[in-house]
Amino acid sequence: MSETADTAGTADRAGTTGPTAGEPLLEAHGLTKTFRVPRSASGSTRLHALDGVDLTVRRGETLGLVGESGCGKSTLARVLLMLERPDAGTVRYDGVDPFTLRGKSLLAWRRRVQMVFQDPFASLNPRMTAGELIAEPWLSHPDLVPRSGRERRVRELLEMVGLRAGDARRHPQEFSGGQRQRIGIARALALNPEVIVCDEPVSALDLSVQAQVLNVLTELQTELGVAYVFISHDLPVVRHVADRVAVMYLGRVVESGPAEEVFTAPRHPYTASLLSAAPRPPTAAPQDGRSRRIVLFGEVPSPTDPPSGCRFRTRCWKAEQVCADTVPADEPAPGAPQHLAACHLPL
Amino acid sequence: MTGHGTSGTETGTGTSTGSGTALEVSGLTVELRTPRGRTPVVRDVGFSVRSGQTLALLGESGCGKSMTAQAVAGLLDPVAEVVGGQVRLGGRDVLRLGRRERRSLAGPQLAMVFQDALTALNPVYTVGSQLAEPFRIHEQASRRVARNKAVELMERVGIPEPGLRAKAYPHQFSGGMRQRLLIAMAVALRPSVLLADEPTTALDVTVQAQIMELLAQLRRETRMALVLITHDLAVVGEQADQVAVMYSGTVVESGPVAEVFAAPRHPYTRGLLDSVPAGHPRGSTLPSIEGSPPRPGSVPTGCAFRARCPLARDRCATDLPPLVATGPGRASACHYWKELADV
Ligand SMILES: Nc1ncnc2c1ncn2[C@@H]1O[C@H](COP(=O)(O)OP(=O)(O)O)[C@@H](O)[C@H]1O
Ligand SMILES: Nc1ncnc2c1ncn2[C@@H]1O[C@H](COP(=O)(O)OP(=O)(O)O)[C@@H](O)[C@H]1O
Ligand code: SF4
Ligand SMILES: [Mg+2]
Ligand SMILES: [Mg+2]
Repeated sequence: MSETADTAGTADRAGTTGPTAGEPLLEAHGLTKTFRVPRSASGSTRLHALDGVDLTVRRGETLGLVGESGCGKSTLARVLLMLERPDAGTVRYDGVDPFTLRGKSLLAWRRRVQMVFQDPFASLNPRMTAGELIAEPWLSHPDLVPRSGRERRVRELLEMVGLRAGDARRHPQEFSGGQRQRIGIARALALNPEVIVCDEPVSALDLSVQAQVLNVLTELQTELGVAYVFISHDLPVVRHVADRVAVMYLGRVVESGPAEEVFTAPRHPYTASLLSAAPRPPTAAPQDGRSRRIVLFGEVPSPTDPPSGCRFRTRCWKAEQVCADTVPADEPAPGAPQHLAACHLPL
Repeated sequence: MTGHGTSGTETGTGTSTGSGTALEVSGLTVELRTPRGRTPVVRDVGFSVRSGQTLALLGESGCGKSMTAQAVAGLLDPVAEVVGGQVRLGGRDVLRLGRRERRSLAGPQLAMVFQDALTALNPVYTVGSQLAEPFRIHEQASRRVARNKAVELMERVGIPEPGLRAKAYPHQFSGGMRQRLLIAMAVALRPSVLLADEPTTALDVTVQAQIMELLAQLRRETRMALVLITHDLAVVGEQADQVAVMYSGTVVESGPVAEVFAAPRHPYTRGLLDSVPAGHPRGSTLPSIEGSPPRPGSVPTGCAFRARCPLARDRCATDLPPLVATGPGRASACHYWKELADV
């Protein structure tokens, strides 16, 4: 969604996290990403993972990114981290397009944006100790922490995420799932990033442990002013951590805005149905979120043959001819200029 | 729930028509054979469920929910073994039955839906022929009759164009449609009890809502008893009548969902409910249960929850708290449950 016009609005909300909080740090415009796939039934060989995504992450804030599996959340994360080059669109980080950087300046940029995965050790060497894993990023950024100070810094990082300094010598398999995720967070922090993209960071964790890890993330943000892109399919979790939220469907952002507004007064029918479909936690206030349950028909269409116009129209109970003919533009809600929805017939 | 079942008096085939107890499990204990000896993974588990009702088995991963269900259904992995307890289905203890007799109950009496629909369906046969199989085996239906019944079944679980889709293979269906097929297969012979092990965990919320709706509809239509296994408190709150909360291989609290959630009587249930983000101000520190659940091989003496419990004292380390009645239909396995009931 286009959110460049409203830089002033949320500054007060995010202002608690640091002196420079609130200014746009990472901005994406019109990001499009397709993948070549085997020919589909209709003859298409292109899978549209992202289709014109606009996104802004401000300093010190948490941007929640929600949507069902396959809607493009991880692809978006990979483009923001420059692990994937978009077919079209631009990324601006602090005003600079990171895809134009080379050599030393590219290395310097890489340090500033880090990632936390659902299972931080899925791709890591099980023979390394926790301490070695946390220190590993310094191999490519040797000037960040002097060699002599690294051991102490590892201990500090472990304590920051609620582990013990002595845990540095233990191996990943000796830790529980929650502890492993703490190590993943410590590793991401090792390079003092300004943004951490968290891709389903608590989805694999049990409820009793999930709260611990969410608390660690919240505390670190208060202390360090780091911004998060928090990707999750768990709406109550996103609602708890996010300042702003963007809802994705089939490669597009269909709604975005201040989290509380989007959750209490969704404007896009997809957001409304997502909120209504999620089972209501027993502790939620009774009047919270929705009045009636919307059970959608069917499933998400294939991203190799996305519907014309509004991509949600094949499942939308409000759809009319215009929804098939024209791609809906982002429109602000009456009286809420930052709350945008891409729907011809918003709620 | 545990301790007040009534199944002893039921006889016959047990296709319960009233609101009688359809399934009653008591004292169920399952051990795992490991290279380092035997480890109990399900310890003295008891619960019961009435026809037309839903009982949720709620607990975090590794607490023994699937083992419990597999033991009840007679589908345990060879490394695990039932070493005690009763599973009363339609008045008979199925654990005492011979292999053959027991197998004849699978389908008409008790059926199970697994989490992973893709591995539970056979990739080399059309879904139509797989769905026809129970009718051919149990009802000696002819090929044509069985096939028609399979198509009917597909229609009943909401698969569009069932006549056409019956000729397709499992991989040609989406995750949600495959879960529907699995449910269709399970309910084909109208079982009196359906065990559903995390039936929607792998699915997206909008599809999850459809599948839950389907299960509820089938339960109402056939008055089957549903045992819903899940780690999701919200799903329990919306779908179940009764809940049995499991921790570290055993039931620590049970009762009507509304009552248990409104006023839990075990510190673990209480801790779980508190740590749900909904209901706490945005960005606030969430109450959390410190530490993590013990591994099956190293369950502490006394109460398995004591290392994480805010109420724990000396007695919890020495005495195993039994699951005792705390009120009509409610039970807790905490020495100090009264302290929770009072606040
Ligand atoms: N490398 C790839 N090659 C082909 N298709 C891909 C690739 N990566 C992702 N996709 C497809 O792109 C779409 C978006 O995927 P992803 O970003 O992982 O979604 P999410 O994280 O929201 O579940 C999906 O349809 C996925 O199958
Ligand atoms: N085939 C197996 N071999 C060894 N351990 C197992 C096996 N199946 C389950 N377990 C162990 O038994 C315990 C209970 O598992 P399970 O019933 O699957 O838990 P849940 O379904 O509640 O997640 C877990 O600690 C698990 O690691
Ligand atoms: S028995 Fe003791 S340790 Fe266990 S839950 Fe009760 S108070 Fe806590
Ligand atoms: Mg993903
Ligand atoms: Mg399981």
